[in-house]
Amino acid sequence: MALNLHLPTRREMLLGSGALFAWAYAPRLARAEGRDPRLLVVVLRGGLDGLAMVAPVGDPDWVKLRGDKGLALDGKPPALPLDGFFALNPAMPNLNRLYRAGQATIVQATATPYRERSHFDGQDVLESGYGRPGHMDSGWLNRALAVLEADGRVDPRGARALAVGPVTPLVLRGPAPVMSWVPQRLLPASEDTQARLLDLYLHTDAKLARALQGRRDLLAVARAGGISAVIPPEDERIAGMARLRQYFAEVAVTAAKYLARPDGPRVGAVGVSGWDTHINEGATGGQLANLLGALDATVPAFEQNMGDAWKETVVVFITEFGRTARINGTDGTDHGTGTVAWIVGGALKGGRVIADWPGLKDADLYEGRDLKPTTDLRTVLKGLLKDHLRVDDRALAASVFPGSEDVKPLAGLLG
Amino acid sequence: MAQETKSAEAALALHRFGLGPRRNSIAQIASDPRGALIAEIERPGVGRINNPELLSASAAARAAFEARAERRAQTILAQRAQKENERSAAQGQGQGMSDEVARKADAAKAADAALAAQGPTDGERRNFLKEVRARLDAAFEADIGFAERLVWFWSNHFCVATDTVYNMAAGYEREAIRPHVLGRFGDMLLAAEGHPAMLIYLTNTASMGANSIAGINRTLGLNENLAREILELHTLGVRTGYDQDDVIRFANVLTGWTIIPIAGDPVHGNEFIFNPRMHEPGPQRVLGKFYVDTGVEQGRGVLADLARHPATATHVATKLARHFCADDPPPSLVERLARTFRDTEGDLKEMAKTLVTSEETWAPARDKLKRPCEWVASIARATGLRSDPERFIRGQLLMGEPLWRPSAPQGFADNEGAWIDGMGLRLDVANSVAERIADRVEPKEVLETALGPLASPETRQAIARAESRQQALALAFMSPEFQRR
Repeated sequence: MALNLHLPTRREMLLGSGALFAWAYAPRLARAEGRDPRLLVVVLRGGLDGLAMVAPVGDPDWVKLRGDKGLALDGKPPALPLDGFFALNPAMPNLNRLYRAGQATIVQATATPYRERSHFDGQDVLESGYGRPGHMDSGWLNRALAVLEADGRVDPRGARALAVGPVTPLVLRGPAPVMSWVPQRLLPASEDTQARLLDLYLHTDAKLARALQGRRDLLAVARAGGISAVIPPEDERIAGMARLRQYFAEVAVTAAKYLARPDGPRVGAVGVSGWDTHINEGATGGQLANLLGALDATVPAFEQNMGDAWKETVVVFITEFGRTARINGTDGTDHGTGTVAWIVGGALKGGRVIADWPGLKDADLYEGRDLKPTTDLRTVLKGLLKDHLRVDDRALAASVFPGSEDVKPLAGLLG
Repeated sequence: MAQETKSAEAALALHRFGLGPRRNSIAQIASDPRGALIAEIERPGVGRINNPELLSASAAARAAFEARAERRAQTILAQRAQKENERSAAQGQGQGMSDEVARKADAAKAADAALAAQGPTDGERRNFLKEVRARLDAAFEADIGFAERLVWFWSNHFCVATDTVYNMAAGYEREAIRPHVLGRFGDMLLAAEGHPAMLIYLTNTASMGANSIAGINRTLGLNENLAREILELHTLGVRTGYDQDDVIRFANVLTGWTIIPIAGDPVHGNEFIFNPRMHEPGPQRVLGKFYVDTGVEQGRGVLADLARHPATATHVATKLARHFCADDPPPSLVERLARTFRDTEGDLKEMAKTLVTSEETWAPARDKLKRPCEWVASIARATGLRSDPERFIRGQLLMGEPLWRPSAPQGFADNEGAWIDGMGLRLDVANSVAERIADRVEPKEVLETALGPLASPETRQAIARAESRQQALALAFMSPEFQRR
């Protein structure tokens, strides 16, 4: 019907929001142990339908729930079997490869402590690390860095977070300084102009000074590493999924180049919008499959550009909540609760799906409509921060995820 | 001394409530800055754009639909002709390209044609630029820009996005927002939620009741999106007591709020229509109150009650105070605005006056960081040089605030934390603007025009000592006094 003309293309939604990157520029994170860990957090904004990405094909209620709109081992194309119970969306062959190689871990039926259905609040909880919405000052990743910084475990010369994108994701806002990167389309102002402006700010406006300093540090790293600060303009003629893939690739390659450098940032975050699939979701061959595919296609370039550092790298993908277990009235899904999270990287001991499966019968669903969350997402994130960055239990419970004493870090995620 | 104080207050008024000073604006309103703000919003027709060249939102969508259909047809004709040419050429030469090469060439041409057939047509693009030009002009020409700032505020509160409604976003703002920014909140709410652009953006057009005629006959059904965002973002605010059942029942109330299919009606396609066939029959209880099924009136009834709800008053008051006063606005100001809202049944002109007459909004400390669009408007007004629409669009995209294109229904963020790390980008934009205009604009004049009594000695000195006019201008645009309001 006429509606089609106005349906959002995922490409437009993504480009419209801009992929936002922030990185914590914290070299020599755990140098004492001879390790140099990297952590990238990818925040999928809009609420990813976890069941459309990792489907419980071994659950007899699955077919009843989604029918031919759900992934199936004999679907067209067939879903990729993971462990005899779960199967992966066939749009994600690279994730499947990493999974087979023990470099990917999938967590199903997970959620933050948030139990309402507002994107706004859901993202606040996901990124702030607090148990409730309303905390907008800082994010858990930044506070984790601040803890390491206070312990003197971060090189003070470069203790700085990097934001890719003009708007810093909440997860990386906070006391630890941030620097940001976006695809550039203008030549940067001259060194002299920057220095004069910084001098003016230092005398008049500390906050502006801090923000500008972050940008200057980033440019210095770029120069040292031969990374061009000027990206050629997008080719306007390349449309559709090709352009989305190109954009994702640029972002992934740049992220890898910075993270891989010896003097580069060690922690980063990127926000990617476009997962709010209320209409024509298209888990198999439609818009969501395309979007997952574009995300998945960045993996080889990212791995390659990380080089040797890949084996010390962890990338975690998280979203604010899942979607309704059933398809809604317009071939999409509405805001829900339990969903999927996944981790990739050379530092992982992966190759498994972590799930305390809640079931899909009406009585099993949260409030009779959503996948019930059985794993607190914070256990996973705390597990990563503890074993990968060496943030201690007490700080994790007190300042990184405040009030989470009862949520124990998940052990054994890393090799 | 008194004169200096008045000048400073005038400059403050222009930055905090308006879009920044133009040449002589500070002197023009110095005798009574508060009175000048009130006078601007009392002027008949203020906030509107009357330009007969601009199409209504639905007309623009229809024109786009026709143009795209025509382009598709022409693409297909061109492909056919191309194939025919190649075939006859190959036959004529007796040998020609191998099958493999020919197939590849065909595929490449088809791909080119497919590329050309995506995205807006030239006509749509021209139309869009006209709209952007009109909006930039309104900002450039306003005496103070208070009314225009209210337009931008409300347009962001009730945002749609060009990702889904490329051809309708501008018309939507002119039709649903501008007429009501100094009118009643309830009228704006109704105009926004019933506008085709909003119904498409928040995916209500195909939502139908499970027990409606269409719902029974077809497999489609309810979509909660619009109902939820109205409650959460547009009226009550999140965590104000409504629950999932309220969302579902309100979504039921709104079934049937849709648009006339564009392909079937070249005259009225894409206009609002209430389709009773899609409407969930029967009464619905929303927030504890029963609404009998009166068709489209059932939805209007719920919206009218939401517009009167005390939680809406607090929500709107908080957002307005945050926008015009501070990221963490004083509770006394929020409460006064909320009271005005409740006492006047959401009279937005009275709300604007309360902002002006409250002492809290005149605090001399200027901590609020201008958003990129406000900052760019200030530059245009300070230099007297209008922004070029295409350049403006690119700049806003670069700075993370693409025009009419927020990434989510909550609109663009209105706090410093979201924007301050984009300072490096702003510097690049300032530098690039300065480079283009350095031969026409005197930095010291910009300083006096835009900042006057607000300029700190440090900023004056930095500009005076700059190595070039370009650098001086970039420093002026980037100075804390120019960026904060």
